[in-house]
This record gives sequence, C-alpha cells and structure tokens, in this order.
Amino acid sequence: MTRFRLSIHIVPRRGILDPQGKAVSDALHSLGFGAVTDVRVGRYLVVETQADSADAARESARAMCERLLANPVTEDFEIAAVSQA
Amino acid sequence: MKAAIVRFPGSNCDEDAFHAVSGILGHDAVYCWHKEHDLQGADIVVLPGGFSYGDYLRAGAIARFSPIMREVIAFAERGGPVLGICNGFQIACEAGLLPGALLRNASLRFVSAPVHLRVDSIATQFTAHYHVDQVIRIPIAHGDGRYTADADTLARIEGEGRVVFRYVNANGEVTEAANPNGSMRNIAGVVNARGNVIGMMPHPERAMESLMESSDGLPLFTSVFESMLAKVGA
Repeated sequence: MTRFRLSIHIVPRRGILDPQGKAVSDALHSLGFGAVTDVRVGRYLVVETQADSADAARESARAMCERLLANPVTEDFEIAAVSQA
Repeated sequence: MKAAIVRFPGSNCDEDAFHAVSGILGHDAVYCWHKEHDLQGADIVVLPGGFSYGDYLRAGAIARFSPIMREVIAFAERGGPVLGICNGFQIACEAGLLPGALLRNASLRFVSAPVHLRVDSIATQFTAHYHVDQVIRIPIAHGDGRYTADADTLARIEGEGRVVFRYVNANGEVTEAANPNGSMRNIAGVVNARGNVIGMMPHPERAMESLMESSDGLPLFTSVFESMLAKVGA
C-alpha cells in the first residue's frame, strides 16, 4: 500500500443558482474584470489515503464523492490530481 | 403515543420539539442520541432543527450517516411517520428520504422571521387538520433553506401533490417577495411518495400556543398523532 494525496474539486452544477458565485462575479465586474462570464464557488478538498495504485486511489475518491463529499442533486466533482504523499 | 426526538451534536430545537409533544400535547417524548441504535418503541420520529455537525461539508451531510439514521430509515421504510424540521429536512434530503436538496439562501443571509405558508395538500397524515389553501404563520430560522430539485423531480412532486407547504404573502399568493430563501416554486415543505415522511424548513414546534404568537403549527402535530392513534384503534 502506498499513500496518495488526492485533490478534489466540488462545484455547484451549472444551471443551479450559485449566489456566492454571482456575488463574486459582480464584484469582479465592478473591479474592471468585465471579461468574466461566470463564477461558481465550491470546495477544494485534499484527501490522503492508502491505496495499491494511483488508479485505485482515484476509484476510491470517486466513491467518496458519490457517497458523501458531493451532493448528487446539486454538485459536480472532479478528481483533479493524484500524487504520492 | 410516543415520539422519538433524535439528537445530533449541534441539534438545538430538540427541546422545543420535546415540549411540543410532551408539554403541549401530553404524549410521551424521548430523546435518542445519534449514536444509539434504538428508537425506543416510538410511534413517531422527529428530526429536529439545529446545526448538526456544525453544518460541516453540507447541512445534514454528516448527520445522515449517524448510527441512529439507519433505524430512522428502516422506520420510514416500514411506513412510520418521520417529521424533519429545518436541519431535520436537510438531513432527510441528504439521507434520500425526501427528494431534492436545501442550498444556501439566495440572499446569502440567515433569515429568522415569521413567514406565511399556504397549505397545498391536506391529504397527508401531517396536514389533515388544516384546510386546503389555508394560510398559516410559522417562523423560519435558517441560512440554507433554498429548496432545489431537478426539473423531472419538480414535475413529479407537483404532479403527485407532494408539495405540502409554499411560501406565500398574507393573501396566500405565491410571489417572489414572499419567498425568503429563493426556493424553487416557493417550496417550503414536501412529503415522500408514500406520504409518511415530511420535511419542512419552517418550525411548527415554535408555533404551538398563544404565547408563541401563533399556534398554527399545532394542527400538524395533532394531525400526525391522531392518525397514529386511529391506526392503533383500528
């Protein structure tokens, strides 16, 4: 078993009202970043886990997201990076 | 009749629910700590309001894996009545007992205020003592109450008459101004397909007698207790 570090991004699903993202987007516009077309505010988790391989670690992270870390009704998740811890 | 009031770390409306059942209605009430595995023979389960596990990750997300929730889900599957109030509604959604999810209020503000609700269905064991389209006044107190579901789910629950309460103005009209949190279609409370699990953001247990300024929550409690008494009598 090897220790892996997983970077997991969870964001509100596109099309679902994200008032935090909208507030940030409005603030960016008022600062002159008029080119910004969309902002969504989510969560970033760093999970360390033991696994036989990077693929196994990624599979495990996917199961964690489906069962607990992300809400399947409103959120999308992405396992952004897997590295040896 | 006996109600089990489930207590999670961070529950803070458990005593209000206990008082509603025991002090006002005169039925038995027992507390069930979230680590227990036994609902103590209760006829009705209440998931009370609060901030279980500090709302970490998402409101209700961690509480729904508490040991007692296995018993609550089994109880619901046997047809036992479950009343989820505020955080209890969030937990019930996370547990899959009810459709949809409760997201951060559209205003991004915590809202604590009395609101008007319209009773859209009296064909449930929780609302039989109201009349259709009755406008009631019950307080809300939440930061994550924006009811959200996908289009298919909304169509299904609307079609099946499972939207029980809606935020309205004093005249009973569904308006944007009357919507305190941005809930889709002003939805304040829903029931499951079988009708034995209800979730609502407003607090009926805080509107039980005149000194609370409203007793409009009382019929909800009397409805469910009477339905259970009728079952025992039958």
